[in-house]
Amino acid sequence: MRIEKHPILSFEKKPEIHFTFNGKQLIGYLGDTIASALHDNGIMHYSNSILEERPRGFYCAIGNCGSCSMTVNGVSNVKTCMTELVEGMEVVSDTDEVTIHG
Amino acid sequence: MDKFDLVIIGGGPAGLSAARIALEAGLSVTLIDRSISLGGQLIKQTHKFFGSKAQYAKTRGIDIANILINDLDEYKDRLHILKEATVVALYKDYVITVYQFNKYFKIQAKSIIVATGASEKVLAFENNDLPGIYGAGAVQTLMNLYGVLPGKEVVMVGSGNIGLIVSYQMIQAGVKVKALLEASDHIGGYLVHASKLVRLGVPILTRTTVKKAYGKNKLEKIQTVELDEQWNYIEGTETEISCDALCISVGLTPLHQLLSMAEIDMIYVNELGGLIPKLKKNYETSMPRVFACGDVTGIEEASSAMVEGKLAGLLASKSLGFIHPEFELLEKNLVEQLNNLRQGPCGVKIRLGLEKAEVNSHD
Repeated sequence: MRIEKHPILSFEKKPEIHFTFNGKQLIGYLGDTIASALHDNGIMHYSNSILEERPRGFYCAIGNCGSCSMTVNGVSNVKTCMTELVEGMEVVSDTDEVTIHG
Repeated sequence: MDKFDLVIIGGGPAGLSAARIALEAGLSVTLIDRSISLGGQLIKQTHKFFGSKAQYAKTRGIDIANILINDLDEYKDRLHILKEATVVALYKDYVITVYQFNKYFKIQAKSIIVATGASEKVLAFENNDLPGIYGAGAVQTLMNLYGVLPGKEVVMVGSGNIGLIVSYQMIQAGVKVKALLEASDHIGGYLVHASKLVRLGVPILTRTTVKKAYGKNKLEKIQTVELDEQWNYIEGTETEISCDALCISVGLTPLHQLLSMAEIDMIYVNELGGLIPKLKKNYETSMPRVFACGDVTGIEEASSAMVEGKLAGLLASKSLGFIHPEFELLEKNLVEQLNNLRQGPCGVKIRLGLEKAEVNSHD
């Protein structure tokens, strides 16, 4: 759900960005983060509590809480709220398996 | 390992302001920020600021961010900016570990200004981890930066300025704000913001909080409960409100982790939101040549973060041998501005808190 009319800000339609989420083709827009594009697509379940196996959404959207972490293009534990959406990105919500990278 | 004269961690109102003054004083500056764009949380603040002209009163936060960023342009020869770069470690030998684009690297600084800001607090209640329960700032980011709505029908918890302002901004974006809950017996923020909401028909329920959230994989409704004078639940007052998003605005806490990691002397100050560094009058922490300013030294407004940033930049530069050409005038003026921002009944807690964290020396 996008804002259509706003008294202060203007949200013009921006170029589409195509990406996949758990294998499904989705559309975001230029300037989106992965998290904002997913939310626009009605997806609120971002990760799982490993201990309780409960679904988690994002909480802070600015890189503090870590509950939006996903695997992006094969790299695990990516904060999707801080990562710009790029054409062709493969986003997978299961981040229980941790790989070390860097 | 690359070595730098002055590294500023955090490119929000405090860090940007400190950078400008340090550059004016003649220093070379490395500014590190974890976000895609500089400006910290100013970049989502569509409301006009209060305060005086010196702190950009009557200007919207988003525009202040651009002013502060553009103010650095003329010094780009001496300014090195790292964006989408998270400082993940600060060591006693002035080594800083940075994580950027899936790589870790280390740099070393002669001096450091820590301006990491704050994070939103969470609230304890049953099922508080359901998707659809967000910090109020997260909703502000989602709406004002990306144009995405948090939900159709929202309840806000907390009537401080952030809770009030974000509620109003949700209405501006087309969201129905069904209620605003406040656990204490009075509205926490400015009444000018609260009255706008009341005029728009938002019920502000004092002595009321959220007891439980319901939903299978995402939020569907909440249960509220009234509180007695000791903040205990009053049994039998439970009421249900259906909503697809719940905003939590129960305060901020300083992002102290880097300072704590370097074993800098810290103190827990309730009035300022949590753990903050003990500071000398020149904003120096117990680690020589490591300074701190903005919300990481105690939760205040962005206006005071900007002034504090300038002052910390000014005094840090001096201690490094770079005396700003207008040092005396600036110092006097900035101290006066801070005192003005903190005066009166709204500043009581801040003044009390800052006294606890101030030290004459770090011996």
